[in-house]
Amino acid sequence: MATATETTAHSFPDITNPVNWFWGKLSWDIFPFYDPLILGTFIVTMALGLGIVGWLTYKRLWGYLWTEWFTSVDHKKIGIMYMVLATVMLIRGFSDAILMRIHQALASAGVLEFLPPYHYDQVFTAHGVIMIFFVAMPFITGFMNYVMPLQIGARDVAFPFLNNLSFWLTFSGVVLVMLSLFVGEFAATGWLAFPPLSGLEFSPGVGVDYYLWSLNIAGIGTTLSGINLIVTIVKMRAPGMTWMKMPIFTWSTLVTNILIVASFPVLTATLALLTADRYLGTHFFTNDMGGNAMMYINLIWIWGHPEVYILILPIFGIFSEIVPTFSRKRLFGYTSMVYALCVIMILSYLVWLHHFFTMGAGADVNSFFGITTMIISIPTGAKLFNWLFTMYKGRIRFELPMMWVIAFMITFTIGGMTGVLLAVPPADYVLHNSLFLVAHFHNVIIGGVVFGVFAGINYWWPKAFGFHMNKFWGLVSFYGWVGGFWFAFMPLYILGLMGVTRRLSQFEDTSYALLFGIAALGVAMIAVGVVAFIIQIFVSIRDRAALACDGDPWNARTLEWSTSSPPPYYNFSHVPNVYALDAWDHMKAHNAEEPQEGYVAIHMPKRTATGLVIAALMTVMGFAMIWHIWWLALVGFIGSIAYGIYHTFDYDRDFYLQPDEVRAIANGRRPVVPAE
Amino acid sequence: MSFFQPRTSRRIGRFGLLALGALALSGCNLVVMNPAGDVASQQADLIIYATVLMLIVIVPVLVLTVFFAIRYRADNEEAAYDPEWDHSVSLEIVVWSVPLAIIICLAGLTWVATHRLDPYRDLPRITATKAVDENVTPLQVQVVALDWKWLFIYPEYNIATVNEMAVVVDRPVEFKLTSTTVMNAFYIPDMVGMIYAMAGMETELNGVLNSPGTYAGFASHYNGAGFSRMRFDVKALDEAGFDAWTAQVADAEQPLDRNSFVQLEQPSIDNDVHYYGSVQDGLWQRILNMCVGDDKLCMNDMMMVDALGGGGIEGLYNRELYRGLCSADNPEGMFAILRPDLSDRAQDITAAMDLLPPETPQMSVPREN
Repeated sequence: MATATETTAHSFPDITNPVNWFWGKLSWDIFPFYDPLILGTFIVTMALGLGIVGWLTYKRLWGYLWTEWFTSVDHKKIGIMYMVLATVMLIRGFSDAILMRIHQALASAGVLEFLPPYHYDQVFTAHGVIMIFFVAMPFITGFMNYVMPLQIGARDVAFPFLNNLSFWLTFSGVVLVMLSLFVGEFAATGWLAFPPLSGLEFSPGVGVDYYLWSLNIAGIGTTLSGINLIVTIVKMRAPGMTWMKMPIFTWSTLVTNILIVASFPVLTATLALLTADRYLGTHFFTNDMGGNAMMYINLIWIWGHPEVYILILPIFGIFSEIVPTFSRKRLFGYTSMVYALCVIMILSYLVWLHHFFTMGAGADVNSFFGITTMIISIPTGAKLFNWLFTMYKGRIRFELPMMWVIAFMITFTIGGMTGVLLAVPPADYVLHNSLFLVAHFHNVIIGGVVFGVFAGINYWWPKAFGFHMNKFWGLVSFYGWVGGFWFAFMPLYILGLMGVTRRLSQFEDTSYALLFGIAALGVAMIAVGVVAFIIQIFVSIRDRAALACDGDPWNARTLEWSTSSPPPYYNFSHVPNVYALDAWDHMKAHNAEEPQEGYVAIHMPKRTATGLVIAALMTVMGFAMIWHIWWLALVGFIGSIAYGIYHTFDYDRDFYLQPDEVRAIANGRRPVVPAE
Repeated sequence: MSFFQPRTSRRIGRFGLLALGALALSGCNLVVMNPAGDVASQQADLIIYATVLMLIVIVPVLVLTVFFAIRYRADNEEAAYDPEWDHSVSLEIVVWSVPLAIIICLAGLTWVATHRLDPYRDLPRITATKAVDENVTPLQVQVVALDWKWLFIYPEYNIATVNEMAVVVDRPVEFKLTSTTVMNAFYIPDMVGMIYAMAGMETELNGVLNSPGTYAGFASHYNGAGFSRMRFDVKALDEAGFDAWTAQVADAEQPLDRNSFVQLEQPSIDNDVHYYGSVQDGLWQRILNMCVGDDKLCMNDMMMVDALGGGGIEGLYNRELYRGLCSADNPEGMFAILRPDLSDRAQDITAAMDLLPPETPQMSVPREN
């Protein structure tokens, strides 16, 4: 062993500048451009950003984006904006994954440690935070936003403005996370920022502050969106759609948003307590003065475990729509699917301790939480069997969405098995914090959530845009992701059994190099999948005329397919009446046709920029808090509240679309949404 | 108990390893599945049992997925097609009850194994065939996680080491763990699963190594910049070898006292192995109560202040009075300052508060924490 090397520990600047009343901690040395990697990323990002801005300006698209998208309160547009945001962030989060895989492959072979620990630790933290909060969450929120109101025959969500605000608050969180890449630093604590490491004593820089403010602002958006979607489902279903006639995706949306509303406040409170520790000198989670870090770990996982189900349940809903459609068959066991969802919802609150069996709890406590965790696999298993029996005696068309489902069923089952294995406390003692654990949760999140997202995108894209997605590039993306997943993560299972822990950036033993090399190969294959997906989008848009489709291209079963593709902004010219489960299939079976007359005035919201303004002010507040610019934080905070109050006095927020216009739009005229 | 019988366990273990071996490349040392210590072996066996149990459901799901996907593809006109078939009570009973039955088995296994392999429990056996000799006491090792190295104190031998520890083959080891810094996890894959080490708290871990050799130990919970290098060697030696090792450590000149500990506490990465020839009395108590340096009130004394009614605002000033007092050294001192009026009952009250057990003065930490 070498002598203690102080230099590696402190080769980075601690961003703990003294506070200037005007500039806060900002100064010229906070830009991490001494690192060529970050400088290069910065130059490329700026070039790309300027290129896009220039192109938009050249094409005179700013006005279009502002009126049609940014200020829109249409749930469909907001849903698509969530999806775009998630796709962009997927590329960012995936870049982090590439860095980690290359670094570990080279470092374990003893070739090169090209990231210093300080940088590597930020990369894996950012990867986790971005993938969960700013990729997976926007993806599922996008689906729920886009599809659910259409499925229940509603014209928008219950609170359209709130929906727009939720999106921009999420965007605000993204802005702060992305800023941390070039202005200062990000947290080097792991994605859940466990104290005491994330406390002021051990992380004095601004990294954890970026983490706290971006998640808290985005978390408000998620909570508001959860309330909004629950109210929409409870109050705005089409006449005749009783609870047990709701499509499964809508059920999963309801259950998911109940989980969101019940668990995100816990996250907000936990992060607020840590924020207080860092800003106000409290001692909730410090080592001394009565603090207890174990409390944070409990609280964050009381949010964190339901969060896992927040991600996967809507995806289960997506599969439950796709399997019957492509098997040309009713969903097997609808009722038990609904109960399974509800059981999972409740059980997901009773398992959080399995994330820290190794923290020293007694055998009774550990066994209890281990067993509750295993019990969740029963309803989950029942859902898998129900999809299987939906395929049984069906006529399965292997379109892209269905292929993703099959890949999911095989991959996710393996991930579920290793999950139950980790729920056995004595097994967890040897597997916890290992690469086995990393392989497990990527197995369920990639094999479950990501595969589901791609299934959903390929399934609902024709609905959203009126044309299919390109199948060739879709297949390339499919094989890249599925094959890449197996190559990238099976070696990690084995490495975990070899006793390799997660988050290592330096290795003494070169015997791991081969497996890390295979994992790096896997991530290269996934990169092909990601690039192919982007190409698929561009090629589909380019060939849109050839790929054009009608309102119901898949011969599907639920109400969103009963309207045109893309749907008009009020969704349905006539509010549908629902008589059966799979309402659209039922209508088709009875040759129901949409009437060409009898249009009535439709009550719709006007577009508004309030959400964007409030979120912008909140971003300013967050940034100012991170850099201790107190006066600016106050301006941002008071400004956002004041603007919100000002907005409540605006009574000119809605309009009636007259029957003549509805008829005209139904016959092909381009609609225009007025502004507030 | 029966499912821990050695012979079957080895056989199933070998079967499992074969299956894994197909995936793994030859030359991979699957230390988690093939460890050198009895406790870790039982944990590895448990992984095999649980996996085999789950495969009862997993395999049919995988097979049926592929089979149905091929059999009921759209262009296979020969396969049955029944678009209205969406319910079957008997099938639903099967899909809920078979997993339920397996989970019941697994839950039983979990309950028994979790209690049996409770890290706090004194080891009942050395290997599957050998019980613990009643005359042998477990080797006591006090482990302190520092930024970013491990300190091992051997109270029986009054020695301490940094980044190297030794144990006696087949003699149970009882670890007491704490940290002076962030959360850490203490893990020797060959010996026993990990347990967290946390500042101001004491956790415990019991394990044993069954064959001589040098094994790797490390911090398995991410703890900052020096994480990757926070590793140590564990030497499993026979009695003679161990005695020689302790003698060698005891020869080191530097003692581990409050001064040298404060020095050691400074963050450093990739530390050399270091020996301390002796250990100051009561140091472990001070480490645990975070008062090794001079400027801090020990945590247990703070708790005692609180238990005696707290100092209120004056307490802030009284801290100056308390400074340097430590109930490990002077059990009655704190009481005399705070409640001189009750000095005749001091012994009873402190004992009743369970802060100062009469024989070994130390902070008691409930294990369920």
